[in-house]
Amino acid sequence: MKRLAIGLEAVDPELRMLVGGKALALAKLIRLGHLVPRGLCVTTEAYESYVRQTGLHEQIPMELGRKSLHEMRWEEIWDVSLRIRNAFLQRPVPDRLRRMLTLAIGPMLSRGAIAVRSSAPEEDSSARSFAGLHESYVNVTSLADALDRIRLVWSSLWSDAALMYRKELNLSVETSSMAVLIQEVVAGRSSGVAFSQDPGDASRSVVEAVHGLNQGLVDGSVQPDRWTFERRSGQILSHAQPKREVFAAPGRSGVRIKRLPPRKANRRPLSDVEAHRVFRLARDVEDAFGVPQDVEWTWKGRRLVALQARPITTPSEGRPGDRRAWDLSLRRSFENLCGLRRRIEQELLPAMEADARRMANVDLQSLSDDELLAEVEERIALHTKWLDVYWTDFIPFAHGARLFGQFYNDAVRPSDPHEFTALLASVETISAKRNDALEQMAWRVREDGRLYGAVCRAETEDRDPELDEMLDAYLADFAEGPLGALDPVEARAAVCRILQNLASCPSLKSLRRPRDREAMEKQFLSAFQGADRAFAAEMLDLAKASYRLRDDDNVYLGRIVHELNRARSEARPRGLPVPKPRYSADVLRPTAREAAHPSHQAAESPQAGFSVNPRQLIGQPASSGLADGRARTIRKAADLFQFESGEVLVCDAVDPGMAFVLPIAAGVVERRGGMLVHGAIIAREYGVPCVTGVTDAVNRIPSGTRVTVDGYLGIVTVSS
Amino acid sequence: MAKTHDPGLGEGLRDALAELLASQHLAVLATHRDGQPYCSLVGFAASPDLKGLAFATTRSTRKFENCLADPRVAMMIDSSRNEDSDFHEAIAATAVGEVAEVEKTARSRYLRWYLAKHPHLTDFVMAPSCALLRVRVRKYVIVRRFQEVSELEPR
Repeated sequence: MKRLAIGLEAVDPELRMLVGGKALALAKLIRLGHLVPRGLCVTTEAYESYVRQTGLHEQIPMELGRKSLHEMRWEEIWDVSLRIRNAFLQRPVPDRLRRMLTLAIGPMLSRGAIAVRSSAPEEDSSARSFAGLHESYVNVTSLADALDRIRLVWSSLWSDAALMYRKELNLSVETSSMAVLIQEVVAGRSSGVAFSQDPGDASRSVVEAVHGLNQGLVDGSVQPDRWTFERRSGQILSHAQPKREVFAAPGRSGVRIKRLPPRKANRRPLSDVEAHRVFRLARDVEDAFGVPQDVEWTWKGRRLVALQARPITTPSEGRPGDRRAWDLSLRRSFENLCGLRRRIEQELLPAMEADARRMANVDLQSLSDDELLAEVEERIALHTKWLDVYWTDFIPFAHGARLFGQFYNDAVRPSDPHEFTALLASVETISAKRNDALEQMAWRVREDGRLYGAVCRAETEDRDPELDEMLDAYLADFAEGPLGALDPVEARAAVCRILQNLASCPSLKSLRRPRDREAMEKQFLSAFQGADRAFAAEMLDLAKASYRLRDDDNVYLGRIVHELNRARSEARPRGLPVPKPRYSADVLRPTAREAAHPSHQAAESPQAGFSVNPRQLIGQPASSGLADGRARTIRKAADLFQFESGEVLVCDAVDPGMAFVLPIAAGVVERRGGMLVHGAIIAREYGVPCVTGVTDAVNRIPSGTRVTVDGYLGIVTVSS
Repeated sequence: MAKTHDPGLGEGLRDALAELLASQHLAVLATHRDGQPYCSLVGFAASPDLKGLAFATTRSTRKFENCLADPRVAMMIDSSRNEDSDFHEAIAATAVGEVAEVEKTARSRYLRWYLAKHPHLTDFVMAPSCALLRVRVRKYVIVRRFQEVSELEPR
């Protein structure tokens, strides 16, 4: 007989593989006489029964095996994890298992709200402890919701963080499993975390406390009061108060961040005596477990309740170039992203534009050699500064679209886990506006046969002065992109070629995918009631801003790169010692700092006696549809302007500056992976089949090769 | 994580093929006659350079007749185990090439390789009615990760 659920009080160390680390630690606290919320554990056998009966036990390894995880960027791993998460959401708990779980959880729910927490056997052992790997949900009030949350906790065994630390965790499809802790919710007046030993100073202990629930503290959206203690004597060494503005409170379901009433904002969440009791709790737990502990707690009236305890581990330094911790820091809370949005929209972008404008207004030719060199130096400094901002602010802000994706999937339960991107695609990006300008010009050419001839000869001036002006404006606006890398005559000829191609195609507007976004938006919002609906609308608005900036930031940054290159080009013919920029200033990839990080390029070992030819390459299906055409492989800016309509764009990474070829491309293949990369965004907008994340695409698919792009399944077939 | 999920950067296609050919005992041989395809299960062994695949058959079989009629054949070797996990773990190689009886000068080498793998077939192979054949591989088409397909051609 399977043991699907076990009461916390009946858990003993022999059951570790059934109940996981978190449940085991809480059971021990109960035996030691500490106050712990009532609870039970849904065992790993329930997880195994679920994945076996639903076929997920094979679907998960297939999803993980599509492509080597070594070759994936964090964005792709996040996508894989989202697909697995959605697969769990799509498969209800089979009847018999549901009945057993209902019998166990039902009585607890009849007494009040519950928390549903992960308790993985691999997690929280003293050897490895990674906070934030797996999901937990607080304030679950209905049985249906509880069963949903249990599935989400199960799926978090395969979270992006867990997949990135798979080696350290010994994560394996064959042996890994997940138990789930179900506990009553204790909505204390103050809550927090205590470290029996300060990770930064072994002679101290730390207590952090907030008003309300501690979810806000754990995810960083609520700033805590912080006490430090002398570890041995328990004497308070310091107390730091933040500006107390918000707190986490139970919502109708789940947790909401609310504004603190002034009365509470001015009061610390704990008295010194209470803080000292928390310190004692952490020290007692450390004594019982034998290693320093991180304890979550809450004060319910006059009673101190221990919520969970786990060993403290300091994150290891990792090998040089290990950027996993940085990647995971990109996952931000809603509150954090709202703050970031204000900073970006109100401070950073205007300042960046002002810098670009100032540089554009400098007449470089009139500068003396010394002045010019100083100007180059200054531009290098600005380039470095804005590239740093790109990495510290713009890239993290892109997580807004991902946060929304998860939120959307939970509410709407679509079969396609990336359906949410259709709601964001209505956003007018700079590259979409530029393509509209191109279309206006193409329309004139389409209407006038003789103008078409003039365009073919790049002689538009006499034939249609208005078109000529439009061309000038387009070229000026596009100066920072790949066109800026060409000399003015070449650039003009290049745009004429594009127009020629466009004019022989149907209008771009008609190419844009007709989607009833309004209806979709309405349907999404109708999944929420009252205040939750307002929150959903705010979440969508944030996601749209995030999505737009994801595309536009490269254009803004491109202007800075262009101005830097302009000054360097002026200095070189004068024979001046032109200093090199700190980061690469490649116009095709203005954010080329990526190269400063170790990237996992495909590296086949020598194939003695054989030559290797790709036949079917696997990537991620990023825009659906099937296309067949000759590959146009982009290695340098000039390749872009050779692009003929009906060709398949093959490149390392689609930059917004390349957007103009998308409307006439039959398909897109790119090395950089992810559903939210530029190529995927623009391809979906025009309904062009797209596969991203194709390892070493540029080297494996030479220009001229015939390829089939399967945007449904993420497969690129190369004809011999 | 099982090795097949995550072969890493160093593991090349040729190594994967060599491992597959060494680990499998049986292959499916495809021949045809008058436009009618025909498949047979055969015990096989690969030459160390992977460019030849040897198998044995009695001279009265349909497959032998077919091979004589048209030497263009294909041979498939795969690591499936008839389990769900095959979809993500199995690797399959289809060798395309021309078949002929192993010539006298090469027979002792091929016999050695073949019998090292199938010692229980010694009497069978040595019987005068049995022929030792070799497919000269023109190309391997290798499928991994369910749908990733690459071609290896001898240089």
